[in-house]
Amino acid sequence: MKPFLQVKDLCVAFPTEDGQVKAADGISFDLNQGETLAIVGESGSGKSVTNLAIMGLHNKSKTQISGSVTLNLPNQVIDVISSTEDEVRKLRGSTMSMIFQDPMSSLHPYYSVGDQISEAWRLYNSGSKADGIKRATEMIDLVGIPDAAKRVREFPHQFSGGMRQRVMIAMALVNNPKLLIADEPTTALDVTVQSQIMQLLKDMQKEFNMAILLVTHDLGVVAQVADRVCVMYAGKIVEQAKIDEIYYRPAQPYTVGLLQSIPRVDQFHGKRLTAIQGQPPSLINLPQGCSFAERCEFKKHVTGNLCTEVAPLLEEKADSHFARCHLSAAQIQDLAKVAK
Amino acid sequence: MSNNILELENLSKYFTTTSGGAFSRRKGVVKAVDSVNLTVAEGETVGLVGESGCGKTTVGRTVIKLYEPTAGKIIFEGEDITKYSRSKMKPLRSKMQMIFQDPFASLNPRKTVGSIIQSAYDIHGIKPAGGSENEIRSLLERVGLNSEHINRFPHEFSGGQRQRIGIARALALKPKLIVADEPVSALDVSIQAQVINLLDDLQAELKLSYLFIAHDLSVVQHISDRVVVMYLGKVMEEASTAELFAAPRHPYTKALLSAVPIPDPIIERKRERIILKGDLPSPMNPPSGCVFNTRCWKAADICRTTAPQVLQISPKHNLACHFPE
Repeated sequence: MKPFLQVKDLCVAFPTEDGQVKAADGISFDLNQGETLAIVGESGSGKSVTNLAIMGLHNKSKTQISGSVTLNLPNQVIDVISSTEDEVRKLRGSTMSMIFQDPMSSLHPYYSVGDQISEAWRLYNSGSKADGIKRATEMIDLVGIPDAAKRVREFPHQFSGGMRQRVMIAMALVNNPKLLIADEPTTALDVTVQSQIMQLLKDMQKEFNMAILLVTHDLGVVAQVADRVCVMYAGKIVEQAKIDEIYYRPAQPYTVGLLQSIPRVDQFHGKRLTAIQGQPPSLINLPQGCSFAERCEFKKHVTGNLCTEVAPLLEEKADSHFARCHLSAAQIQDLAKVAK
Repeated sequence: MSNNILELENLSKYFTTTSGGAFSRRKGVVKAVDSVNLTVAEGETVGLVGESGCGKTTVGRTVIKLYEPTAGKIIFEGEDITKYSRSKMKPLRSKMQMIFQDPFASLNPRKTVGSIIQSAYDIHGIKPAGGSENEIRSLLERVGLNSEHINRFPHEFSGGQRQRIGIARALALKPKLIVADEPVSALDVSIQAQVINLLDDLQAELKLSYLFIAHDLSVVQHISDRVVVMYLGKVMEEASTAELFAAPRHPYTKALLSAVPIPDPIIERKRERIILKGDLPSPMNPPSGCVFNTRCWKAADICRTTAPQVLQISPKHNLACHFPE
């Protein structure tokens, strides 16, 4: 069976006065139904740009997009990139939905939450306004907002941050989408509310057998929910593997650095944190070799100037474990142990 | 204790809200900070944690008297500064500095880095030995920036570098206490570690005391000697970092710790979480009794009627709960 979502060689570039910004460069991954793929990276690594391309939300007159985003639906196969705006619009909100970081700015302040959820439902279902509100009430109840019959008539400002994110989830799921893109869904929320929302997403995934594409910078959240992980750096996927492979057998120096630089609440060592030195390169002037070479601690173990001259390819280092590095997975894991 | 640089005694800060308009009446009182006791010793880092709206930022701002306290005492280096006027505060301000969360909003975009730091000297009428430019250059080097960038503007720097500028500005007056309000939460993971290490190094070198306000418990654990947990304006628990994280006694602390995700998938799969019901109640209308009772799984009748006092349960471990874990 073909994977539900196939992204192949996706490139997104923005022409600017200073030159072309390659925000996403050669992104490829698959996603199956019921599976959660996390895209991890820092600001500017290209994770949100990738998602907007999958949703077909880039302004085509201002963006250069190439590659393909294929949705293998039961009765049709659609490539989002080559489809017309009208075709893609029909997918949004029905086959694929998105939730964003800031639930306040994604909800309309003048309409009740019931109206907003019902509008999303009535777009794809024939039903009266009353049917829409009934459906909205069911959804509000499903996402765990107490007293749904009353809350459905309330406005976004009457909800707390966590409850607003629940409303967003209710709206995104009202048409039983096959794919949910969650772009930093809990970054603006407190940690106790974050765990509620992540639990809700997991429950909803089971209920609807959805594929979830989770974008985040928080490696703790990833460990909690993801099945597979893509690590992005400077517009490229630098490592892609099953979750345990990424955390216990990372095969790329940036991933190693990320994992070592975060303090853990369950481990107190009092030592200095192992920081990654320097900062990400400018996307306009990417270095000729590996984008991470300038900050890489392991570069000295590579012979000659390979790292600064030749960009490594995304190679399969172990069974369905892909990484971009001139060193082997075994070499990196040995070096990572020493660095600890 | 004489080596405390800062002592807060029953500090409260209430905000009154109005119904809007120039002639509006007082509508309600938000008890942002309610009878908080807290000490910071010389060279110590005290972490202040809690969710948004718990009053941690208000504590920080009241300490350096950006807000006038409603009640209670602020004692800085043995001096009661609670009632100090602005002019009396001014010489003290050089000893207590603040680092802010948003490195984009806290630096004047129309001034160069040099003049941003220079203004700290101008305001306090300080002329550093060897000239202020030399001093600023060495400060920039100290926080890990290139001293040649003294004439650049804030927008020419990345987020992490801007936070370093904010730190350099705070250090310019050789303070003893730094109130750091979410200093790393706007930064990317790999940059966050750099700034935390910088704060650690500066403390060791300059014998600084930090009041470190943050919501990220893993960062707080890493940097703090002692941790104070707040909820709806009140202190719930206070203990040494090792004790608080290994054996939390307050149900809220326990729930908070259990909610923090751990970057380790095997541990995460086995973990049993305490998922708190509902949201933070409105601080305009806090629950009676213990403020946490509406979300607490142990709440009994006494919790709804009587607020627990903060009691010492062991040396250096204070707790406000009727039914500690």
